[in-house]
Amino acid sequence: MAVKTKTPTKKTFFDDLELARKEIDRCMKCGNCMAVCPVYTSDKSEMNVARGKIAVCEAVLDGELDLDDPLVYKMIFNCLVCKSCMDNCPAEVNFDKIMLSMRAALVRKKGLFWVKKIIFGMIKNQKLFNTGMKVGSSFSGLAFRDYDSDNQRLVSPRAPFAFVGRNMGLDSNRVMPGLAGKPFRDRVPDVVKVANPTTKVAFFSGCSTNYFYPEVGMDIIEILKENNVEVHIPKDQNCCGLAVFAHGDVETARKLARKNIDAFERTGVDYVLVSCGSCGGCLEHDYRELLSGDPVYGPKAEYWGARVLELSELLVDVIKYRKPTGRIDAVVTYHDSCHLKKTMGVFTQPREIIKSIPGITFREMSKPDACCGSGGSYVLTHPKTGAEIGKRKIADVNSTGADTIATGCPGCAMQLLDFSHRYGNDQKVVHYASLLAESYRREKTPQQ
Amino acid sequence: MIDKAVIERLKEIVGTSNVLSQKVDLMTYSYDATADMPHELPDVVVMPGGTEEVQSIVDLARENKIPIYPRGAGTNLCGGCIPLKQGMVLSFQRMNKILDVDTENLTATVQPGVVIQELNDLVAKHGLIYPPDPGTVTTATMGGSVAENSGGLRGLKYGVTKHYVMGMEVVLANGKKVRFGGKTVKNVTAYDFSNLFVGSEGTLGIITEITSKLIPAARHHQSMMATFKTLEDAGNTVAGIIAAQVIPATLEIMDNETIRIVENYAKVGLPDDAAALLLIEVDGMAESVVQQEAEAVQKVVEHNHGDLKVATSEAERDKLWSARRSALPALAQLGSCVIIEDATVPRSMITKMLVACAGIAKKHNVTIGTFGHAGDGNLHPTIIADKNDRDEMARVHAAVDDIFAAALSFGGTVSGEHGIGIAKMKYLKDELGENGLGLMKSIKEALDPYNIMNPGKMIPVQEV
Repeated sequence: MAVKTKTPTKKTFFDDLELARKEIDRCMKCGNCMAVCPVYTSDKSEMNVARGKIAVCEAVLDGELDLDDPLVYKMIFNCLVCKSCMDNCPAEVNFDKIMLSMRAALVRKKGLFWVKKIIFGMIKNQKLFNTGMKVGSSFSGLAFRDYDSDNQRLVSPRAPFAFVGRNMGLDSNRVMPGLAGKPFRDRVPDVVKVANPTTKVAFFSGCSTNYFYPEVGMDIIEILKENNVEVHIPKDQNCCGLAVFAHGDVETARKLARKNIDAFERTGVDYVLVSCGSCGGCLEHDYRELLSGDPVYGPKAEYWGARVLELSELLVDVIKYRKPTGRIDAVVTYHDSCHLKKTMGVFTQPREIIKSIPGITFREMSKPDACCGSGGSYVLTHPKTGAEIGKRKIADVNSTGADTIATGCPGCAMQLLDFSHRYGNDQKVVHYASLLAESYRREKTPQQ
Repeated sequence: MIDKAVIERLKEIVGTSNVLSQKVDLMTYSYDATADMPHELPDVVVMPGGTEEVQSIVDLARENKIPIYPRGAGTNLCGGCIPLKQGMVLSFQRMNKILDVDTENLTATVQPGVVIQELNDLVAKHGLIYPPDPGTVTTATMGGSVAENSGGLRGLKYGVTKHYVMGMEVVLANGKKVRFGGKTVKNVTAYDFSNLFVGSEGTLGIITEITSKLIPAARHHQSMMATFKTLEDAGNTVAGIIAAQVIPATLEIMDNETIRIVENYAKVGLPDDAAALLLIEVDGMAESVVQQEAEAVQKVVEHNHGDLKVATSEAERDKLWSARRSALPALAQLGSCVIIEDATVPRSMITKMLVACAGIAKKHNVTIGTFGHAGDGNLHPTIIADKNDRDEMARVHAAVDDIFAAALSFGGTVSGEHGIGIAKMKYLKDELGENGLGLMKSIKEALDPYNIMNPGKMIPVQEV
């Protein structure tokens, strides 16, 4: 049942910026963040790097700068929250908390920008969101032309829309996955049962898999069936909330978190399964933080947070998946999604899965965990910097000679797809799950 | 406040987008990596793209008596980049090109904004290295590290920055450009200007190009870790290794306080009760020589009752070094103020200095973890405190005074590798005396008569 709770009694970082001071105080200003920040690497002014942003945040708290100074606003959103700086921070400053609490404080003070208000209002209401995405799919031919590809329906913006969208990187050269005519969750039953399940999971598909990559969702169901895992696909799951949380809309994020937790509870499964590091990190960590002051949902967020597994964790660490024997002849490199590696700590397992597929030659790229520049909506709001970051990533991919880029995040996949088309050798971009599923399928159809 | 016309002129010189004057931007150039320093907002930040632009900027600054603060990555530990008297910060992040790598003469010529690691990544392809390796190699710039004469972990065997600078281009306070030195190994023409500007901390002129020496990278290395029950045993081991005519590439020491803090934080399996720990790496071109040196080190360690671990793989080497890498992060967890000093003593005085640091910590009731480069006598007594606790900070300052007094009493120096900047200006006289300070002032006044080059650093000079 959906329990209505009042505003949490205990305040978190995201309700009171002053609470971020504890994190701010820990920054030694050593500057190690400069070595890894993708934004700073592109535009080397101190305001772009964590150390500088922390100094500005401190000045805001001390009343030396206004929170709604246009440059402060610009600075706060010129960050992909990729957490690379946190990986490299000797003082272990939780920079993501500082950044997100700044955004939340800004939204409290100024309200949401009207465009975000409309979009986030839709995300909050899953039925409305779903209808919108389906309508979008049927009309997408007006704005986008189909782009030929052997593995997926891809689209590019058509001329008039490309002209409007060119300042957001949506020019006519951009390639994107098309909106699926039938979303993933409409293609599958509530529960996919197997004979003797080793474990039961609720699959949190996330919006990208549901609307853009339903085939990846189907591949995952296939993999789970092969490994005797019972899958529940709660139809009342919502967006994970990271997109709204990252833009400072804390209350909408909390609403979504509670709804999703309710959806998991109704299934009675052992684990929540994700195939996206961003959704996974949000479910695993952000829900606990967001709901930490909520007497009812706080403990539930803790319970479920401890039971979030990314697909490769489930396969490699928990159920010891069956090694595939179907041959795929490909040279594959793997891109670490920031949230999958730096938030969820998952990076060895996907590689292990890829390497277990017969026929695949695995080639590590230089800096595989450098951000791809997508950052959710960052690539749309900051197309120039996003593109520079994306170009560096593709240059690293190109130098491996790989023909396939595997990753564990649909957001990264979209960025990599576009950039491999623009600056790469049109490498195939796949979720690593699709490689495993394909290998399982090839076991049954003998190759010529 | 700088006149608006000056800002407009700066925009003409370097382009509008390379002049930052909004308060938010200025806030992010008000500090560097030094703890417990005053922060000050500059009036403007300028990012020149070449030497001629630097000259025009210096002319403009001199005509208007505006202080200039050259800044690389702002990672120094002496307050060297802080715009103490307002004015303009000159950020070199745009002048970041590696101009030439000469594999016949073994030199590299770079612009000041090149990150040290980037140079090393490039020359590694030729089997070469640029050895100076301050803890900030992945961020610090060549210009900054030359201006600060940075050291690093390899100082004992490979020396420090000044041993690798062969030539420079410098823009003087009068706006004129001078070039000296070059690709020749030998050069005794004129005064040794390189050694004047290396370590000048931006107070004499602005470095706009550097030609540095490169050396072939060692092909083999062997890492070892030794723990000791007494400080004397550790100290005797350091002396014994050198006496055995082995010069390790790195010879690092950690005191008991640091060992306990690191172990508590990183759980790397260090013995809590060890009085000291040495991390030793020998390297060289021939495997057999490296092996002989490692065996010699082992003998010295055993002779001094040390407990030795030898890394037999890259993974084990990495594990041994993780203890050293964890030192700063582990200490940083304990307080909001992390003051890393670099008092340095003759190698033979290391044990005495470690004992003195432990005594100073006790006397002032502050936390000091001491670790550092035992081989070259360069220690890092690191003081951890709560920056908002005024009483504790007063005790910290008293402890810092005592640390420098101790280093000088052992025939050492107040700064081994971090520089003077703002942080150690008041101790300069203790080491140089009045006449030494007078010499500093003469040089400063000759080269920078209006005191516009990084004022408020290194030497107290009359305000103009």
